[in-house]
Amino acid sequence: MDWLTEFPALSYDALREINKAVDTTFRDFSREYGSSIEQFFDPLLQFLVWLEQLLITTPWPIIIGLVALVSWFASRNYKIVLGATISLLLIGIFGMWENTMSTLSIITVCTLLSILLGLPIGILMAHSNRAQSFITPILDVMQTMPSFVYLIPVVMLLGIGKVPGVIAVVIYAIPPMIRLTNLGIRHVDKAVLEAAEAFGSTYWQKLRQVQLPLALPSIFAGINQTIMMSLSMVVIASMIGVKGLGQPVLKAITNQYFAMGLFNGLAIVALAIIFDRVSQSYGKRLQGQHNA
Amino acid sequence: MSNITDTPPKLVVEGLYKIFGKHPQQALQWVKEGMNKQELLDQKHHVLGLQDINLSIQPRSIEVIMGLSGSGKSTLIRHFNRLLEPTAGKILLDGEDILTFNQRQLREMRLHKIAMVFQKFALMPHLTIAENVQYGLKLRGSSLKEADLQERCTYWLERVGLKGMEQHYPRQLSGGMQQRVGLARALATDADILLMDEAFSALDPLIRTDMQDMLLSLQQELNKTIIFITHDLDEALRIGDSIAILRDGALIQQGNAQDILLNPVDAYVRRFVADVNRTRVLKVKTIMQGMNALPTDIDDSRPMTVKGSRSVEYLLNKTILQNPSAIWVVNNKGERIGYIDRAILANTIGRDEEADQDWEGLWAASA
Repeated sequence: MDWLTEFPALSYDALREINKAVDTTFRDFSREYGSSIEQFFDPLLQFLVWLEQLLITTPWPIIIGLVALVSWFASRNYKIVLGATISLLLIGIFGMWENTMSTLSIITVCTLLSILLGLPIGILMAHSNRAQSFITPILDVMQTMPSFVYLIPVVMLLGIGKVPGVIAVVIYAIPPMIRLTNLGIRHVDKAVLEAAEAFGSTYWQKLRQVQLPLALPSIFAGINQTIMMSLSMVVIASMIGVKGLGQPVLKAITNQYFAMGLFNGLAIVALAIIFDRVSQSYGKRLQGQHNA
Repeated sequence: MSNITDTPPKLVVEGLYKIFGKHPQQALQWVKEGMNKQELLDQKHHVLGLQDINLSIQPRSIEVIMGLSGSGKSTLIRHFNRLLEPTAGKILLDGEDILTFNQRQLREMRLHKIAMVFQKFALMPHLTIAENVQYGLKLRGSSLKEADLQERCTYWLERVGLKGMEQHYPRQLSGGMQQRVGLARALATDADILLMDEAFSALDPLIRTDMQDMLLSLQQELNKTIIFITHDLDEALRIGDSIAILRDGALIQQGNAQDILLNPVDAYVRRFVADVNRTRVLKVKTIMQGMNALPTDIDDSRPMTVKGSRSVEYLLNKTILQNPSAIWVVNNKGERIGYIDRAILANTIGRDEEADQDWEGLWAASA
């Protein structure tokens, strides 16, 4: 009765063979295609480097002014503008300006990529139940799989650096964008859609003039979530060489520098709060327009 | 009614079936072999939405389609602009079968020929009232200039009594006002056919009457073909030139208000009309005795005349006030065309006891 107390697992040798087979296949694949995949992502890398340099070399008062301006136009709330300005000033005073700009650049790129990819996927999911039942489990895997696990193949393919960092962040941060786009479109009032159709809308007219505008508050909630999740990934991304606020945190963990970890951690929190308040109040203003 | 029956019908429905379920064509065979709605649902899990509808709708008239909820009336109206595709049958619009239309033709039809008003208004919540009214026109693309759009929008908003509301959003308006916008949106397209799906059912009674009045006065001038769905018989009798009654997806009677009230085709219809104030709906000429069958003992000492087009309610009033010995019905030229005595009048206003018995019978059968 051994097999009842001890699970009849595959033998050690068989397991080793399986692991080896998977590993060699992937290693061969990455040796074969690694460089061409790297080439494919080259424009992305160029853009990342350019944006990071731009943010770092631009004089800090201009950056703070721009952030204040964007906050104002998005939220029309002076408290949010004031909070954002003070947070950035404190970050600068405590010597974290350059790292914060690096993080800002990578978050910006990750968010843009997530919107660019997530929006059409969300629309596709809303359009077809079959697509939804196919994509939902993939999103579940992307959100629950420990990020370290998918860092391994990404690093094997592309090595260490910004691009694999961005890919890892986007994999983790894109699901809410897709889910909330899908949800927002599906929740559009059926009667309104029927009216659009009865008056002769084409599929694209319906999507552009009715479904997307009415789903916008939900889509904005998705963008907000995506930004938050990207920020929470910066420390993990720094393990594969992404510069920014994550690197000092990582250094603080390995060397037990409590204060260093705390300051950089707080800087990440400050960025997150700025992004969150600004994007949320913009989303609310959009919603308010037709709820008034 | 007789002056419009000679013109070719605007819309003709022939042998229309709609079955909801996985295998509608197979289910259609079962229905044609005699399976009824309940059996089809219980045994085959298909819903019989419409069965063998044959209907012809005259141009420039208001056709009311009436039935209780679940009778298939909303399903039927959605076939006229192909929001739903039938399982079998034909729908001819001006003699053309709209079921053969491709996507482009279908879109043309929806843009230019048929407009719709919805029960829950279905206005675009993110657009202003002006943008909502212009919605159907803007879908046509570049054929209309901005100034023309503005002008039409202003005109129609004024006609439905919402002048100056252009820049409001739908949520700022009451239900009645929202439905006025719905009506303006449909009228602004200049379509000849207006589909109205329980358009006034969500409104409270006073506002509903106002909207009916507005629709009738607009119709006098616009002469559109209006297909109006309702579950309310008073509404049907009030606005319908012709009324079609649906039950369980089948058309059981079509006729004008007088026909339906005087000759209900079965117990279901009789029960429907039992509670109606018939004296207000019935015309004097429909209850009179013809000149060829006059009784011999007419006491003509205190005669009274009444026009045949008047309502029985009017006649009753006049009879009580004048206490005539004989009532003569006359046409517009004043010539006698019929006779009414007290017995006929009493019969007309008496409550229909047969209907009550039918109703008890229906209850017993369904219990």
